[in-house]
Amino acid sequence: MIQAKIRKRYASALDSAGFSLDLEFRAAAGVTVLFGSSGSGKTLTLDSIAGFVRPDEGRILLDDQILYDGAAGVHLEPRARHCGYVFQNYALFPHMSLRQNLEFAVERTPRLGRHRKVTEMLEKFRLAEVAGRHPYQLSGGQKQRCSIARALIGAPRILLLDEPGRGLDAPLRAEFYAVLRQVRQDFGIPMLLVTHDTEECFALADEMIVLREGRAVQSGSPRKIFEQPANVDVARLLGLYNLLPVEIRSLDPGRNASRLRYRDFELNGPYFPGRLIGDHVWLFVRPDQLSVAPRNGRPAFNQIPATLLRTVEKPERSRLEFAGDIAVEVPAGATEKYGGVKEWVVEFPSLDLRIL
Amino acid sequence: MPPGPPIDWFPLWLSLRVAAISTVIALAVGLWLAWILANRTFRAKEVLDAAITLPLVLPPTVLGYYLLVLLGRASPIGHLYEWLFGGPLVFTWQAAVVASLFHSTPLLVKSARAAFESVDRSYERAARNLGATELRLFWRVTLPLVRRSILAATALAFARSLGDFGVTLMIAGNIPGRTQTVSIAIYDAVEGGNAATARVLVIIISVVALVILTLANRLTSNPFGPRQTAL
Repeated sequence: MIQAKIRKRYASALDSAGFSLDLEFRAAAGVTVLFGSSGSGKTLTLDSIAGFVRPDEGRILLDDQILYDGAAGVHLEPRARHCGYVFQNYALFPHMSLRQNLEFAVERTPRLGRHRKVTEMLEKFRLAEVAGRHPYQLSGGQKQRCSIARALIGAPRILLLDEPGRGLDAPLRAEFYAVLRQVRQDFGIPMLLVTHDTEECFALADEMIVLREGRAVQSGSPRKIFEQPANVDVARLLGLYNLLPVEIRSLDPGRNASRLRYRDFELNGPYFPGRLIGDHVWLFVRPDQLSVAPRNGRPAFNQIPATLLRTVEKPERSRLEFAGDIAVEVPAGATEKYGGVKEWVVEFPSLDLRIL
Repeated sequence: MPPGPPIDWFPLWLSLRVAAISTVIALAVGLWLAWILANRTFRAKEVLDAAITLPLVLPPTVLGYYLLVLLGRASPIGHLYEWLFGGPLVFTWQAAVVASLFHSTPLLVKSARAAFESVDRSYERAARNLGATELRLFWRVTLPLVRRSILAATALAFARSLGDFGVTLMIAGNIPGRTQTVSIAIYDAVEGGNAATARVLVIIISVVALVILTLANRLTSNPFGPRQTAL
């Protein structure tokens, strides 16, 4: 269990705007994802826990050990913190073989135990065959497994991972997720993972903390956060939604219905408790919840005319991007039969509409 | 070519010995200073760096004058040296070592600082994170990573030490058979009309310097050299 309250300010300088991190969270065993765009303070948080950066104030408690306490002036050296750290570039020592890299991390253990531990880790992470190679001779996946093994071999009480999935292609990603799930199961320690990749959140996170400009803007299970982002900023960070500014024109709790105005169009939605007529709110809807048809005469119920800008093909789905920041995802090839049609209508499903 | 007097090889051996000893000392002192300059932040840091670089730009006579004042028999350091070793430092071959130290150390510090600063910080962080003390981090991670640049800088420092003239002349003097280094011997030979000796020594020194510079170039032109690419 880690409990952290971290405050750190950087004054603005000639070449950089000021930044302040002000974060409080706790994480139990399992994967906690720190999610945010670059410059949101994710890596700074990891560095504060690992002891590379000294916060201005706050307190970091790992199990029952105080790693940092601003008021008491406690700031343990990185080497005394028992934090495993998987660096973004892996930071495997280039002049050492893979086995030497692991040995480096357990040099204080007696020789016999050391050898056994290293061999055990090499086998666990399927690295035994390449143990004598140097980092530049390894594949991306092997390097990553090695850096995780090296971080874990000293039996740390927390594992910190700085954007570990970055730069891995699809098959390697799947493998990396499997490795981390295995680690979660076998080691039973908190794992703090920094990422700005929503796929990684879904694949790995038990808990998720959304950071924006050094503050936690929302936390909870990824499912919950994706279902109901706390505000429009979080929704934008998640990048999964169509976000449209609308005005509430009418609300009818009896029929669970509402009418919303978006530009010159009226949309029907569900009843929104706690909102008032005239409120300006953000409508958000997932791209796969919308449907499209070529424009043909007047738009029908809950349809909005839209001009197609481009189609982005993905393995299983096509993403149609329209003017006005509306995106629709349909099964791959579903719209191919319409050829080069530019003018479409987008249909909004009344009951799936949500607002922020 | 008329046969000249037999060549006195003493200056050559003295120069090599002086250069070797001063390079070893410069390496120890230089690495330490470079490490501090690369890793610590303190207010006078750039002043210290400038002070270390100063001998590279000061006229040898100015540097020699400082050293004479600083190490002469009347100075506290001179006294201390005499008390420790039973004789004065100035006008001995040891003074020649000191003279060449002031040429080789700045070179080493400059190159080593740049090398230390070029090491990706994440390696150092990783080592500390894995429980390494600062000393172990230095010996096991930083130094091996910059090994080639340091070797190249050491070779340069050695070559530079071989060639000092002015400072050596001022604080070690020109005592044949005791403090006469090769560059001073060449000067003497030319002054004394002994062209054959001058020619031979000039050629030897040039070849040695050329070999060392080639070596240094090979070391630096291939930063991830054989050991790291072929193993």
